[in-house]
Amino acid sequence: MSEVIVRPDWLKPNKDNSPWYARVFRITNIRVVCQFVFFALFAFLLWATWFSRLGGYPVSMFLEVDPLVGFATALSTGTVYRWLWRGMFVLVPTLLFGRVFCNWMCPYGTLHQFIGWIFNIRSNKDRLNSNRYRAGFQLKYYILTVFLILAAFGSLQIGLLDPICLLVRTFTVAFAPALDFWAISGNTVIANAGLDVDLGWISSAPGSPEQRVFGGAWLVGAMIIGLVGMNLVIPRFFCRTLCPLGSFLGLLSRFAIWRIDRDVTKCTDCDLCLKGCEGAADPQSALRKSECFVCFNCIDDCPEDALSFKMAPLPVRDQIVGNIKKGAATLFGDQVISKDPETEMKAPDIPKRRWVFAGIGGFLAFPFLRMSKSVNERGFNEKAIRPPGSVAEPEFLERCIKCDQCINVCPTNVLQPSTLDEGGLEGLWTPVMDFAVGFCQYNCTLCSEVCPTGAIQKTSLPKKLGMDEFAEQGPVRVGTAFFNRGRCLPWSMETPCVVCEEVCPVTPKAIGTYDVEVERWDGAKVTLNRPYMRPELCIGCGICEHECPVLDDAAVYVTTIGESRSLDRQLLLKSPKKEGA
Amino acid sequence: MSEKNDSAGLQTHKAAERRNFLKQAGMVAGAAAGAGAGAFWLHDPTGEDGKPKPKILRLPEGGFAVEKPSTAADLGVARGNRVPAMLQGAVDAIGGIGAFINPGDVVLIKPNVAFERVAQLGATSNPEIVSALIKLVRDAGAKEVRVADNPIEAPENCFMRSGVRDAAVDAGARLYLPRPSDFEILNVPGAKWIEQWPFFAAPFRGVNKVIGVAPVKDHNLCRASMTTKNWYGLLGGRRNQFHQDIHGIIADLCLMMRPSFVVLDGTRVMFRSGPTGGSLSDVKMTHTIVASRDMLAADSFGWHELLGRQDEALPDYFAQAVARKLGNPDYKSLNVREVQIG
Repeated sequence: MSEVIVRPDWLKPNKDNSPWYARVFRITNIRVVCQFVFFALFAFLLWATWFSRLGGYPVSMFLEVDPLVGFATALSTGTVYRWLWRGMFVLVPTLLFGRVFCNWMCPYGTLHQFIGWIFNIRSNKDRLNSNRYRAGFQLKYYILTVFLILAAFGSLQIGLLDPICLLVRTFTVAFAPALDFWAISGNTVIANAGLDVDLGWISSAPGSPEQRVFGGAWLVGAMIIGLVGMNLVIPRFFCRTLCPLGSFLGLLSRFAIWRIDRDVTKCTDCDLCLKGCEGAADPQSALRKSECFVCFNCIDDCPEDALSFKMAPLPVRDQIVGNIKKGAATLFGDQVISKDPETEMKAPDIPKRRWVFAGIGGFLAFPFLRMSKSVNERGFNEKAIRPPGSVAEPEFLERCIKCDQCINVCPTNVLQPSTLDEGGLEGLWTPVMDFAVGFCQYNCTLCSEVCPTGAIQKTSLPKKLGMDEFAEQGPVRVGTAFFNRGRCLPWSMETPCVVCEEVCPVTPKAIGTYDVEVERWDGAKVTLNRPYMRPELCIGCGICEHECPVLDDAAVYVTTIGESRSLDRQLLLKSPKKEGA
Repeated sequence: MSEKNDSAGLQTHKAAERRNFLKQAGMVAGAAAGAGAGAFWLHDPTGEDGKPKPKILRLPEGGFAVEKPSTAADLGVARGNRVPAMLQGAVDAIGGIGAFINPGDVVLIKPNVAFERVAQLGATSNPEIVSALIKLVRDAGAKEVRVADNPIEAPENCFMRSGVRDAAVDAGARLYLPRPSDFEILNVPGAKWIEQWPFFAAPFRGVNKVIGVAPVKDHNLCRASMTTKNWYGLLGGRRNQFHQDIHGIIADLCLMMRPSFVVLDGTRVMFRSGPTGGSLSDVKMTHTIVASRDMLAADSFGWHELLGRQDEALPDYFAQAVARKLGNPDYKSLNVREVQIG
């Protein structure tokens, strides 16, 4: 009797006798592993964006390899900042294989696909229909058009919807404080139970003495719930309809050498290839190259083996002279009727007039936004205090992608996403300082380290503090502090205080005192140190405002006037060559 | 026949209806009774029960102080340049580390890491002393050594830049940075201002010895910040109100914390622009380490001999603390043992 070899299911050959590894190492499985790795890397880098975790990791790498960030900032500034050339890492594969980024690397795409997959309750027939192309998917090209025209004018708005910016911002503003909250709650429970375990590793801000808070976190949180939730209605809704990076890569993918190809002689028009089509790219007819995410699900699902990924064959019209679309072509002078349909649509299917309409929208949007008197030089908010090292406001708006990495890394929580109040719509979610929440840590330049676009220029500590070779130039000032004597305890309430002077980090201190002895209303003698500001020394770090005991409306407060980045917003008459310090 | 059948069917139907009604009525009654019992159990007619009740913490009676051997000096002063030997000398003068630390002790060391400054600027405790002290305590058999402070600026940055983090971790201590869950309300009986105040409680769980290590600094309001003011870093909450009576607060801090002993870090002093400083010109080297059971004696020594303010009267908080019998700033009347190292 011959011995029977018992094999586990996954080692058995397929029905068609192809070996087990052909099933296990299917390209779609490899893709899933690839997506997982990139998502995990993305999550790790966000987690590592914190003082005690930085350790030299390229924490803004995903933002730097985002080719739309590189391209749009090149449009707005005429330069490619620091690491933004890394966009080539995505650009080159796109030019070879199409939108592989969308379904192999993009963490936001992975999130959408995962949520759509895990909450999928559709029947096969419904799935098939949900993956058909819809005219509404054109919208992303109009969004991109408007964003790029705005960028050319000097207003960078891609970050509103760019998936990497959006996801980093969502992590920073909404998800990270939630992690902190769970870690703090967990630690309280653990401490009450008398155990000695620290959940700090969950927290995005370990060593932070207080729960971090972010203005408008609810809106950013609602956006991700809404956008991800849309997968239950239309699969990959964001990627297909809104994503400006997707449309940018879609436009480029017309040059891709390889693509999904359908062998029309094998195809039975069963449409099963639509079942898992992530991009709604019509693999069952002429492939929409600009929509295809190269997920390979269609190849997997095809029962006839009619689909493959290969070098695109020559366009039909180059094989046969004449116009195939109209069904009439000439071959060596004779008119022939061809049954070969067009097998691909290279460019997005968008009527020219609609491009024009979107273009007009972009042209109008710039003045609408910029003349709104929020970030305009003639009407700006005095509390829109930018982090140290920021370029002047017009240049800042050319560069900031609202990714909020600076806000993520800020150790004191002083950096906040601007709401409509400080930055208007144009400056929405750009970083501003709120000294009620934190203060600018004197020896810290982390925000300038992580900024991928140079909105906050990489600033060394000597440069920030005006030391060594920067002594003549003086320290970087983000604003100037003012006293509101009517609310100041020693000035108006016969009560000693000067916490502001104590914490002032510059030397000599920017806050001095007039010392007087007064007889209080009850007859007691008190010495009052009444503070005053030495504006030449103040750098606007705001620790005085943050530590002022008049909590709700501090008696000392910082506004943007005097910030070094602006030539206009100066307070004191001084020669630029000679600083008071 | 059919009539009889009908009536039998009707009977069955009615019985089923009755059963159904009883079942449903039973469920309604049960749910109502449950809800009623729950409401009765949770009933809070005045609204007082629903308010949070903070846990009130008390430190051990007599604090963390230890018996003083008869041969020991009150103040150990070591001068020189080699920090570990100086620390050893100063501690030996007040009875040796064995007089303070028993094998198996859990020891908390409280340095001053209030600001993000490099050690050379004198705004924070010298990391060399912290490191040497940890080793000293560990060699005396301590089971665990902890280092904790609640800085004014961002904690991680302060611990990192001051060098205290590396010093503590390398010497084998456990670091405690303040987390929101770490604070409890401390009751300080007899305190003027901080009878109930949020206290950095987590590092104190299981601790039986406490040692303060403080630099000698000028202070804009209370004139000098040394070992007494150092305990400020154990409090949380609205510390920015403390300036309204800083001397009263420091006297309260002396009442709050009775350490095993304190180390006054006089290796350098920040003689102006305190308590933050920021320039080497605010600092002078004084090459001294003082160890003492009596914080007031140590600080008074610091005021006169290290800050060099011989001609100026001591700040008011000394008098307030003396009035509460919390120490003796007249160190010249005490047994001071000075050693010169190297």
